[in-house]
Amino acid sequence: MDAVVDVRPCLIEVTGCRQAYHKEANADLVVLDDVNLTLREGEIVALLGRSGSGKSTLLRIVSGLLKPTSGSVKWRGTQITGPTDGVAMVFQSFALFPWLTVQENVEIGLEARRVPRAEREARAETAIDMIGLGGFENAYPKELSGGMRQRVGLARALVVHPDLLLMDEPFSALDVLTAETLRTDLIDLWMDGKLPVKSVLMVTHNIEEAVLMCDRILVFSSNPGRVANELKVPFPHPRNRLDPDFRQLVDDIYGIMTRRPTASPKAALAAPVSPLAMPLQRVGTNIMSGLMETLAAEPYAGRADLPALAASLQYEVDDLLPLGETLQLFRFAVLEEGDILLTDLGRKFVEGDTDERKQIFAEGLRAHVPLVNMIRQVLDERWNHRASAVRFRDELEDHMSADYAADTLRTVIGWGRYAELFAYDEEAEQFSLEDIE
Amino acid sequence: MSATKIPFMAAGWRMPNIWDVAAFVCVIGALVAVGHVAQGTMVPIDAPGATEITLDPWNLPEYALRTTMRMFAALAASLLFTFTYGTAAAKSRRAALVLVPVLDVLQSVPILGFLTFTVVFFMNLFPGQVLGLELASIFAIFTSQAWNMAFSMYQSLKTVPADLAEASVSFHLSGWQKFWKLEVPFATPGLVWNTMMSMSGGWFFVVASEAVSVGDNTWKLPGIGSYVALALEQKDILAVAWAILAMLVVILAYDQLLFRPLVAWSAKFRFETTAGSTASDPWMLRVMRRTRLMKFIGEMVGNAAAYVGGLRLSFRSRPVAETSKQPSRTVDFLWSAFLLVVVALAVWRVVIFASQALVWSDIGEAVGLGLITLVRVVVLMILATLFWVPIGVWLGLRPEWARRAQPIAQFLAAFPANLLFPPFVLFIVYFHLSPDIWLTPLMILGTQWYILFNVVAGAAAFPGDLKEASANFRISGWLWWRKVIIPGIFPYYVTGAITASGGSWNAAIVAEVASWGDTKLQAHGLGAYIADATDKGDMARVVLGVVVMSVFVVLFNRLLWRPMYAYAQRRLTLA
Repeated sequence: MDAVVDVRPCLIEVTGCRQAYHKEANADLVVLDDVNLTLREGEIVALLGRSGSGKSTLLRIVSGLLKPTSGSVKWRGTQITGPTDGVAMVFQSFALFPWLTVQENVEIGLEARRVPRAEREARAETAIDMIGLGGFENAYPKELSGGMRQRVGLARALVVHPDLLLMDEPFSALDVLTAETLRTDLIDLWMDGKLPVKSVLMVTHNIEEAVLMCDRILVFSSNPGRVANELKVPFPHPRNRLDPDFRQLVDDIYGIMTRRPTASPKAALAAPVSPLAMPLQRVGTNIMSGLMETLAAEPYAGRADLPALAASLQYEVDDLLPLGETLQLFRFAVLEEGDILLTDLGRKFVEGDTDERKQIFAEGLRAHVPLVNMIRQVLDERWNHRASAVRFRDELEDHMSADYAADTLRTVIGWGRYAELFAYDEEAEQFSLEDIE
Repeated sequence: MSATKIPFMAAGWRMPNIWDVAAFVCVIGALVAVGHVAQGTMVPIDAPGATEITLDPWNLPEYALRTTMRMFAALAASLLFTFTYGTAAAKSRRAALVLVPVLDVLQSVPILGFLTFTVVFFMNLFPGQVLGLELASIFAIFTSQAWNMAFSMYQSLKTVPADLAEASVSFHLSGWQKFWKLEVPFATPGLVWNTMMSMSGGWFFVVASEAVSVGDNTWKLPGIGSYVALALEQKDILAVAWAILAMLVVILAYDQLLFRPLVAWSAKFRFETTAGSTASDPWMLRVMRRTRLMKFIGEMVGNAAAYVGGLRLSFRSRPVAETSKQPSRTVDFLWSAFLLVVVALAVWRVVIFASQALVWSDIGEAVGLGLITLVRVVVLMILATLFWVPIGVWLGLRPEWARRAQPIAQFLAAFPANLLFPPFVLFIVYFHLSPDIWLTPLMILGTQWYILFNVVAGAAAFPGDLKEASANFRISGWLWWRKVIIPGIFPYYVTGAITASGGSWNAAIVAEVASWGDTKLQAHGLGAYIADATDKGDMARVVLGVVVMSVFVVLFNRLLWRPMYAYAQRRLTLA
C-alpha cells in the first residue's frame, strides 16, 4: 500500500458501525458488524456484496435515514442525526411520485428547501437537460420507460447539488443495454466535471459495474455484513471491459466473493452453532439441474470460469453465487478461486433419469440439510405423520431474521417435495407423509 | 416546451368564450342558492314555513336543494373527520390501538336507531332554532358517511410505498410536506371512491332523518325526505312519483357534475407505474379543462393548495433518522392500564344502566328477533346472488355491455331505496300480503346493486388467456361455472356482498316497518323492534336493539365475510 497521506477533504467517516435488530429470546441479529468507511472528495466508491450483506443498510446509515445501533457517522467532521443536506439519493425502484410530472418530481427536493420558484424551475431545467430528459418535462413517470425513469431519479438527486450522491443499485431494475447507456452517460458527465457532486457512493451486486465505474470497491461478506476486502481500481476512464487487466480484476473479485469464510477467532469463541442456523437460499431444483447439465456439457466439460459463465447465462453475482453455493452444499460442485467444478456426484446426477436424480437429491438433502432431517424425524415419530410448519419457522427465527426463516422454509419445502421426502399442505401450513412411499 | 405549462395571463387576453359565460352564470347561481339555504337554517323553529312543507311539486326543486346542501355539509364534516381521525390512527401506534377497533364497531352500528336522541341533543344546543334540527339531520348523514372514508384513509396511509416514503425523507420533506405531497395524493383514489359510496349511503339517511318525531312533536325539515313522509301520510302516490323524479334528477346531476370528473381526475394519483388504458374524460371534466375561467379558478385553487402543502410547518427543524430502538415498554404498559380502566368503567356504566330498565327476557327477545332478521338477510343474500351473479357474469364478459351496465348499476346503488318503498307498501296493502315476507325485499332493494357491479367488474377483469384456455379445452356448462368463472370473480363478489349485507342490516330499521296513511305494516324482526322503541322514546330498548344488531353484524362479518375474503385473497387471486 502506498504510504502517501490522502489530503483530499473527507466527506463521510463511518467508524465501528454496527447495526443489529433486537430479538426477543435470543441474541441480536447482526446485519452490519464493525464497519469502517471513509469517503473523500473526488472519488466513486462501490459497496459490493451479495443480497443480505448489509450494504444497503450501510447506505441508509450514511444518508442519515437510519441510525446505527452503535458506532459513529460523521459528515465533514460532525456527527449526523438525520438526513444531511449534502446528500441525495437515487433509488433502485426509482421512487418517483406517480402523480407528479418529470419537472415536479425533479423540483421536489428544492421545494422542500424552500428554494424560490423561479430559481427552482431554472435549476430543474438545467438538471433535466444535463441528464438527457429535455422534452419530457410534462410527462408523468408512467409514460416513461425504465431508463428514462431512472434518469428522472438521477436529475432529482443532482438538482439539489449534493456533495455526495448515493445510489442504491441504481441500474439493477433496468435491462442490460439501458443500464450500460446510463452508466457510461454518468461516467462521461463525471469525467467532464459536469456532475454537480463531489463524490459518489453506490451499492451494487454487479461486479463488472463496480469495476467499470468506481475508483474503490469495498467487498462485503454476509452474515453478518463486514467489509471483507477493499480494492483500488487503477484504470483510467473510459474503461474497456475486454481489457485483460479489467478481466483479471473481475476474476479476482469473484475469487474473493466465493472464498469460503475462514473462521475468525471471534466466531470460534462464540457458542456452538446450531445445525438450524443455516439460511438456505431460494434456489429451485430445476435451475440446479440446469446449471449442472450446462457445466457437464461442452464447452465447459466440468469446469467453468464464473465471470464467463455469468456472462453467457446473463446472470449477475446475486443469481450465480447462491446457485453455486447450493450445489456446493449438496457436494455436486466445488467453488474455487472464481471457478466452479462439477464433482463426480454432480456428474452422476446429470447422467441419471428422473427417479435416480430424485434419489441422489434425497440422499444429499438428508446428509447435508439438518432441517430436512428434523422435519422427517418429527413426521416419522408422530402417530398421524403430520407436523405444523409454524414450529419449524419459529425455531428458525431463533437463528435468523423472519425473512430469511421464511425463505429457508420455502426452499426446504420445495426441495423436500421434489425429493419426495414429505408432502406439504399450504392451506393448513402442515407437513405430512401423505402419498410418500 | 408544450403550451399547457404557459401561465394563464401569459397567453394574452382574449375575449372569454361561450363556456366562460355559462360557467360564470352557474357559479353565481350556486352562490345565490347556498345563501338562500343558509338563511333558512337560521330562523326560529316556529317561524311560518320553517318546518312546514306542502305537496306542491313546484316546491320540490327547493326541497331537493335543501336536501343536497345537507348532504354536502355532512360530507365536509366527514372529510374533516377522515383527515384527523384516519391520520391519527395511522400515525400513532398507541392511538391506533383504540381508534381502529372503535372505527370497526362504528361501521357496524346502525346509527339510524339513535336518531331521536341525537335530535334532542342538538335541539338543546340551539333551543328553538331550526339549526338544531338541521344539525341533527346532518349528523345522521355524517354517521353514514364518515367511517368508511376514515378507514380508507387509514389503510392508504398504512400502505404508502416504502421507497417513496424514504425518498421524501431523504429529500428533506417535513412531516407536513410529506403528508400533502405523498400521503394525501396516495390516499386520494381510494378516498374519492369511498366518498362516492358514502354519498350513496347518505341519500338513504337524509331521507330518513328529515322528518323526525320526538315525543309528541313531529318536525319536518324542508327536503325530499319530509316531502315523501308527508305524501305517505296523505296517501298521495302522485307526490311520491314526483319526489322520485326529483331525486333521480338530483343524483344524475351530482353524479355527472361532481363524481364522474372527480373519479377521472383522481386516476392521476393511482399508484401504478405502467400506463393503463385511458378512458375518455367525462364531459364535465372536459368543460372544466377547456373553459378559460374554470381553468383559471382551478389553477388558483391548485396553487393555493400547493402553497399550503409546501409550507414546512414542523416542530422539528429537520427530519430525524429512524432508529431501531424498541418503543418504551413502560409507556406501553401505562397506556394499556389506562385503557383497561376506561373499558371497566364503561362496562360498569352499561350494567348499571341496563339493570335499571331491562330484564333478561328483554335480551332474549331482542336476540330472537335478531335471528329472524338474520334469516331474512341470509335468504336475501342467497336470492340476490343467484339472480345477479349470472347476469353480472354475462354482462362482464361482454365489454361493450359491461361499459354500459356499470354506470347504471352504480347509479342504482346511489339511489335512496327508501324512496321506492311506497309503491311496494301500496302493493302489499292492496293485495293484503303478509308483511313478514313481503316487506323483506325492501331490505336489499338498495344494496343488491353492489353485488351486480362488483361481479361485472370481476368478469370484465377475467384474464383473456384463461378465457381462451377454457374455450380450448372445451370447458363448459356447470364445470365452467364451478372451476373457471366463479373462482375468477369470487374476490370481487365477496367485496360486493360485504357491502350489500352490511347495508341490508341497516336498512332493516327502515324496511321492517312501513306505513300508508293510517295503515301500519310491521314485520317481526330486530329492525322493527328498534323502530318501535324509537317511536316510543324507549332509550333502553333502542340501545339494546342497536347493541344486539351490532353484535350480529360484527359476528356475521368476522365469522363469514372475513374468512371468505381472506380465502379469496389467498387462493383466488393471481400472483
